[in-house]
Amino acid sequence: MSNVVVVTSGKGGVGKTTSSASLGASLARAGQKVVVVDFDVGLRNLDLVMGAERRVVFDLVNVVQGDAKLPQALIRDKRLETLHLLPASQTRDKDALTEVGVGKVIDELRESFDWIICDSPAGIEKGATMAMRFADTAVVVTNPEVSSVRDSDRIIGMLDSKTCRAERGERLEKQLLLTRYDAARAARGEMMTVDDVLEILAIPLLGIVSESPDVLTASNVGCPVTLHNPTSAAARAYDDAARRLMGETVPLNTPQAQRQGFMSRLFGRKAAA
Amino acid sequence: MSILNFFTRGRTSAPVARERLQVLLAHERALTGGADLAAVLKQEILEVIARHIPIDRDRVMVKLDRGDQVSTLEIDIEMPDAALAGGAPAPARRRRAAR
Repeated sequence: MSNVVVVTSGKGGVGKTTSSASLGASLARAGQKVVVVDFDVGLRNLDLVMGAERRVVFDLVNVVQGDAKLPQALIRDKRLETLHLLPASQTRDKDALTEVGVGKVIDELRESFDWIICDSPAGIEKGATMAMRFADTAVVVTNPEVSSVRDSDRIIGMLDSKTCRAERGERLEKQLLLTRYDAARAARGEMMTVDDVLEILAIPLLGIVSESPDVLTASNVGCPVTLHNPTSAAARAYDDAARRLMGETVPLNTPQAQRQGFMSRLFGRKAAA
Repeated sequence: MSILNFFTRGRTSAPVARERLQVLLAHERALTGGADLAAVLKQEILEVIARHIPIDRDRVMVKLDRGDQVSTLEIDIEMPDAALAGGAPAPARRRRAAR
């Protein structure tokens, strides 16, 4: 039984592509057959984050329009045999995606993969609605910041009305992935806490990924953080989230602020580094 | 900056963010929910009526007004006289308001 997961957020720059690549790699490392599909037609980046930018020949639009067969467009990851990428087109725009065409591609992917991870573009237009259209599960990526939370709320409303599951009256599971969280700032009252965001958005929590330099380092070299630095806090957070997606019960520990000494409080966090 | 923070702790911004969002989203949820509801109602009401009477889809108005105490749903459908010919004389327009 395959599972179609949309990774979405409304707002750009919150970590959808990073999270799609990292969760995909975590699931593949657990032995699952995974394909990560880039729906950001015109502004593709998943290929770059996964280090496959020089291997793109055909893309999602070619397959949707019948110019290429699905196996021709799929790129197998060089590090993990069960991880695949279906890139977006860079030269077309989102109108090239049709509901019938995307539906056919998803159906064909369901035959070969356990997990189909749809990396949504930002916004609420065609690309985003196509990415969520056939989803069984939604991962809503949110930063603890007002504009991101507002846009996530909007996207949650769309998941409840514009997806096939919603229209059939079936349940679409929506889960929150809180990224770029800074426990120290939350403890000082400078950033909304995990509970604040959960209370506002009212969907279950899939995981918390703390702000971490390892995430940028991993994207610099084109490798999901879960493969590049598997022992880092960010990688462990994504691994835990992936296990929860697979239905395992993994205890969720909210990151706690490091206790700061008097001197570092006085002279700022840089002084303590 | 840090020394300043040390003395101004207590006046924090996160609760402000939470409150602003709660107020804003309560408002926006009502708005977007309402817009979608009116569209869904219009579509479904049209389907039911079209089963029995030929109607011009452009001459249909569905309006949902949300008030503090009471909300009204106003449906205005213009029916051609020919559609009702043969039946009992009926007004050309029917209007119904509910809840």
